[in-house]
Amino acid sequence: MDLFIQLTLTGLTNGAILAMAALGFVLIFKASDVINFAQGEFLLIGAYVTFAMLAQLGLHWTLGLLLTLGVAVALGVAVERLVLRPMIGEPIISVIMVTIGLSSLLKALVSAIWGNQPKAFPPFIPSQPVKILGATVGEDRLWAIVIAIFMLGIFSVFFRRSREGIAMRAVADDQQAALSMGISVKKIFAWAWSIAAATAAIGGALVANIVGVGPELAGFGLRVFPVVILGGLDSIPGAIIGGVVIGLLEAYTGGYIGQGLNQVLPFIVLILILMIRPYGLFGQEIIERV
Amino acid sequence: MLTLNNIEVIYNEVILVLKGMSLQVPEGKIVGLLGSNGAGKSTTLKAISGLLKPEDGEVTDGSIKFMGEAIHHKDAAEIVRMGIFQVMEGRRVFEHLTAEENLLAGGYTRRERDLSSDLEMVYSYFPRLKERRHQTAGYLSGGEQQMLAIGRALMAQPRLMLLDEPSLGLAPMLVLEIFGIIKRINQEQGTTILLVEQNANLTLGVADYAYIMENGRIVLEGYPEDLRQNADVREFYLGLTEVGQRKSYRDVKHYKRRKRWLS
Ligand SMILES: Nc1ncnc2c1ncn2[C@@H]1O[C@H](COP(=O)(O)OP(=O)(O)OP(=O)(O)O)[C@@H](O)[C@H]1O
Ligand SMILES: [Mg+2]
Repeated sequence: MDLFIQLTLTGLTNGAILAMAALGFVLIFKASDVINFAQGEFLLIGAYVTFAMLAQLGLHWTLGLLLTLGVAVALGVAVERLVLRPMIGEPIISVIMVTIGLSSLLKALVSAIWGNQPKAFPPFIPSQPVKILGATVGEDRLWAIVIAIFMLGIFSVFFRRSREGIAMRAVADDQQAALSMGISVKKIFAWAWSIAAATAAIGGALVANIVGVGPELAGFGLRVFPVVILGGLDSIPGAIIGGVVIGLLEAYTGGYIGQGLNQVLPFIVLILILMIRPYGLFGQEIIERV
Repeated sequence: MLTLNNIEVIYNEVILVLKGMSLQVPEGKIVGLLGSNGAGKSTTLKAISGLLKPEDGEVTDGSIKFMGEAIHHKDAAEIVRMGIFQVMEGRRVFEHLTAEENLLAGGYTRRERDLSSDLEMVYSYFPRLKERRHQTAGYLSGGEQQMLAIGRALMAQPRLMLLDEPSLGLAPMLVLEIFGIIKRINQEQGTTILLVEQNANLTLGVADYAYIMENGRIVLEGYPEDLRQNADVREFYLGLTEVGQRKSYRDVKHYKRRKRWLS
């Protein structure tokens, strides 16, 4: 029983962090139909920049995190403006290829600047073990869950209530009609990319706090895909639930069946679910009226 | 208020669609623009509202002036902010948004933070939208979607509203209702309207002035009363013979006389 609770907590925290990277992915896909293969690298960058701000520059964590968010937003805007805007009107597959290139570029950049050695990280969220129902987890892992829930709340309020949020969904539905209401599609894309980079950076900062920074973080990027495909590429709640499901599956298989299989099982479940629901669990169905 | 002077529009750098199109819309009026399929009516509206660019179309000659200012090189967002709002052909509602979110999207360019009184104003014209406000727009009926498309335009409080075939695919009763509302919007909100239509009879009923276009240019214009008396308009747009009876489809087909304005 203790093991079960232990694994559940580990799974939930990993899932929460995956979900934060996935949220940004969904956002970009919703607004612009672009599958961003560099989303995992946004998380990687977030983790390393946080490391640079806190460990290398020794800034207070509030300032450090704010600056990290600033860097992430700037990165998002830069990618949109320099890489994607010139691609408007090109076939979607070319745009996707560009994001794959971007992903390698960002990875190379990180190892050029910070090297390939794992680095110790000064925790800014307390990481002392806490006892819950007989299991022990780091306090920072619990915070990851809280922050993910909070982000989900912010996102849903943003999309349902705010002018920019509604405009973003409008652009996702019909770009030309959105233009006809005076919505600037370019501005909306820039918003989507910077919010995506910023949420991934928050996820990255949490990962850095929990496990430190190192090249194995890049593996996180790959795990975003089963999450978003499971949840439905364009569903915000889907990103969260997909993240949690994958996180838990990995933890349970790792704990009960054995390491190694836990890398594979999520993909098996993914295939099974897609056979039943091709849009993913929560994906938007195409509305067809006759 | 709006003046198109001899404009030329080219799609994909080769297809010449508007060939010296001119028209004027005076402030506070309803101006009708009639023409058969492919005449270039929608293209004219997109040229005004700046929506040609995403379709790879371009105004290559002539000028479009709104309140004395040239607008044919401005982008769509700027033109909406100047007070021109196009209701596109085929309704084009945001399918996955609710009816009310569609309306809020229409009010995107408004400065005010609180648009609830504007929502109420739209609902007073279209009470049916109020009942359906939380319903996903993609599942509304065609008529309700057309109301939503016009309601979206009202939310922007435009000075000039461009309506592209609001009667498309609607039952006759509903078309009548929508035209009534268009007239009310013009009178109560003081919105100037440029109305593109295939339904000549109803358009001549609400418009203060009308143009008829064929093949990328205006071929005939005048006050509705005068156009109704014109033999060609009666023949080709109202489907009436000289003696005023409705012609059968067969007669029209066999009737070989060329439209006078084409020769
Ligand atoms: N994006 C485009 N690219 C190339 N040609 C186009 C484009 N849009 C329209 N055209 C052409 O321009 C001509 C006029 O089209 P337009 O849509 O303006 O006609 P319309 O008068 O609105 O017709 P309808 O009553 O059928 O809506 C047509 O011959 C059409 O094929
Ligand atoms: Mg048309």
